[in-house]
Amino acid sequence: MSQRDRGASFLAWLDERLPVAKFLEDQLLKYYAPKNFNFLYFFGSLALLVLVNQLVTGIVLAMHYKPAAELAFDSVEYIMRDVDWGWLLRYLHSTGASLMFVVIYMHMFRGIFYGSFKKPRELLWLFGMVIFVLLMAEAFMGYLLPWGQMSYWGAQVIISLFGAIPVIGEDLATWIRGDYVIADATLNRFFALHVIAVPLAIMGLVVLHLAALRTVGSNNPDGIEIKKNRDLVGIPKDGIPFHPYYTVKDLYVAGLFLTIFAWIVFYSPDMGGLFLEHPNFDPADPMKTPEHIQPVWYFTPFYSILRAIPSKLGGVVGMGSSILVLFLLPWLDRCPVKSIRYRGPLFKIALTAFIISFLGLGVLGTKPVTETYTLMARGFSVIYFSFFLFMPIFSSVEITKEVPLRLTESVLPLAKREGFQWRLIEEGILALQHSPLIESLKGLMSKLRGNHQGR
Amino acid sequence: MISGVDNEKRRFLTQAASVVGAVGASLVAVPFVSSMRPSAKAEALGAPVEVDIEKLEPGQRLVVLWRGKPVWVLKRTQDVLGSLVELDGEVLDPRSEQSIQPAHSKNEARSIRPEIFVAVGVCTHLGCSPVFRPEIAPADLGADWKGGFFCPCHGSKFDLAGRVYKGVPAPVNLEIPPYYFASDNQLVVGLEGEHAS
Repeated sequence: MSQRDRGASFLAWLDERLPVAKFLEDQLLKYYAPKNFNFLYFFGSLALLVLVNQLVTGIVLAMHYKPAAELAFDSVEYIMRDVDWGWLLRYLHSTGASLMFVVIYMHMFRGIFYGSFKKPRELLWLFGMVIFVLLMAEAFMGYLLPWGQMSYWGAQVIISLFGAIPVIGEDLATWIRGDYVIADATLNRFFALHVIAVPLAIMGLVVLHLAALRTVGSNNPDGIEIKKNRDLVGIPKDGIPFHPYYTVKDLYVAGLFLTIFAWIVFYSPDMGGLFLEHPNFDPADPMKTPEHIQPVWYFTPFYSILRAIPSKLGGVVGMGSSILVLFLLPWLDRCPVKSIRYRGPLFKIALTAFIISFLGLGVLGTKPVTETYTLMARGFSVIYFSFFLFMPIFSSVEITKEVPLRLTESVLPLAKREGFQWRLIEEGILALQHSPLIESLKGLMSKLRGNHQGR
Repeated sequence: MISGVDNEKRRFLTQAASVVGAVGASLVAVPFVSSMRPSAKAEALGAPVEVDIEKLEPGQRLVVLWRGKPVWVLKRTQDVLGSLVELDGEVLDPRSEQSIQPAHSKNEARSIRPEIFVAVGVCTHLGCSPVFRPEIAPADLGADWKGGFFCPCHGSKFDLAGRVYKGVPAPVNLEIPPYYFASDNQLVVGLEGEHAS
C-alpha cells in the first residue's frame, strides 16, 4: 500500500465515523457566496481572527495574572517587566480588544448600509447583537483586571447603573459586586466571568451566527438574493465557491490587518490614551476619583447618552435603550429594498445623520462635562433616537430605485453614480489629470520609458 | 390509538414530572445565586473609624476610609454657613426630605455641629467621588459657584452641605454616615453615640 493510498483509506475510515471531508466540502467548496463582495465584507472574518488572538493571548496572560485586589496591579507590572515576552502578549491582548470593536462597528455598519439585517436574516442580526452585548460585557470586565484607577472607577460607575433600577436596584448592584463597594470579591468574580463564562457564551453564539449565515446565505452590496437565480444544476448564477475565492481574499486582508495591528502593538500600544488610558497606570484608589474619567473609546457613544440626560434613572434607561433599539432594526425598517444603492434620499440622509451623531457622541464621551458639550450631546442623542423612532415612517414612504435582477459591481464606478457630489468629484479628477503637474510627470515618465527601450 | 393506553394519564404524569423537575432546578439555582452575595467576611467589615479633628483648620477637609468608601470631614467657616440659606432655591432637596442621613443631621447645615460637616464622599448618581472645590466662582464652574463638590464623572454639583443642585444627574443629597463626637476633638464615624441624637 502506497503512502497515498494509506492516507485515502484513513480519510475513508474517518468519513464513515465523522463526515469531516463532507462538512468541509459543503462549507467551503459547495458554499456559494455572492461574487461582488467589497471591502466592507472583510470584517466578519477579521472579527474571528481577533477573537482567536484574544483567546490565545488571554490563556497565556491568565497563567501570570493574579486576580486579587492586593496583587493584581503588581502582577500586570510583573507581566510587563519580568515575564519573557509578557509585554508583547499583554499589548496584543489590549490592542486586540480595541481593534475588535473597530472591526465589529464596521461589520454592523455594513449590515445597516446594505440591509443585511432584513428578512430573511433577522435571526442572524439578533445573534450578532447578542455577541455585541457579550463583547461589551467581556471588555468591561477585562478592563477591571489591571486594577488601575480607571479600572476601579469605571467599574464603580457601570455597576452603579444597576442601582438606578427601582426597588431591586441597590440589592442587585451589591449582588454583582459581592461587596458593598468594588473590592476583592468583585475583581475575583470578574476574572472568572472574563476568562470562562463570557468567552464560552461568545463562542457558542459565533457558532449559531455562522450556522444562521450558512442557512440564509450572505447578503451583498446589491441586496439581491442570489439563490433566486440558479443555473440548471441549481448553483446560483451570481455565486462563486467560498473556497478558494473568498478564503484567499480574506487571507490577503488578514495580512493587511495584521500589519496595522503590529504597527499599533509596537509603536503606539496605548494609542495616546485611547486604547490604554493614562490614569490606569496608577493603582486603584477608592479615596480619589481621577479628575477626568471616561470609559475606553468604544463605550463613549453610549456613555455620552448617559451623561446627557439629567436624571439618574432616565440616563440609565437612555443608555440601555440606545443599545437595545438596535435589536429591533429588522422590524423598524419597513423598506422592501435592502441595499443603500437602490434606496431613496430619505434613508441616505437619515443614515448620514445617524452616523454623524454616533461619532459625535463618541468624541463628546471623551471630553469633560461642560454646558456646551452637554447641549451638543443632547442634540446628538435626539438624532440618534430619531433615526430609529422615525424609521418605520420614512422607510415606508421613501421612493426607491429599481433593483436589478443580477449582481452588479462590488464598488459602483463613478460614472454610474447619481448625485451632484459624484459629478463634482469626477470633474475634480478630470481637472487633476489635465493639470500641469500631472502632464509634466506624464512627459517625464514617457521620456524615461523611451530611454529604457532605446538601450 | 392503541387499546389499553390511557393518554390522559400519560399526559398528566409527563406534566407533573416536568413541574417537579422545574421546581428542583430552580431550587438548585439558589446556592449558585446566593454564593455571589457579599460573604460573611465582607459583612463583618465595617468597624467604626476614629478621626482626630484637632488640627483641622476652617476650610480644610479630611478624607478617611470607612467601609471601603471615602468619608469627608470638613470644617466650614461662618461665611459658608451663612451662604447655605441663599442656596435653598437652587438645590433640589433643601430640607433633605428625600435624602439619607441620621436624624441628628437632618437640619439646615446637615450636621451635628454646624461647622463640622461629615459626609460619605460618594456621588449619589453613579458612585464616583466628587472633587472638593471650595473656591468661589472658578472659571470652569461659573460665576454662581459658591464652593462645593463637583463630580468629574457626570457633572453633578453639590453645595458645602452636600445638597445636590437642580438640573444635574444625581437624584438626592450626599449621604451622611452615622457619627458622633467622642470628645471635643474626637469624631467617630460609623456609630451613633447614645448621647448624640
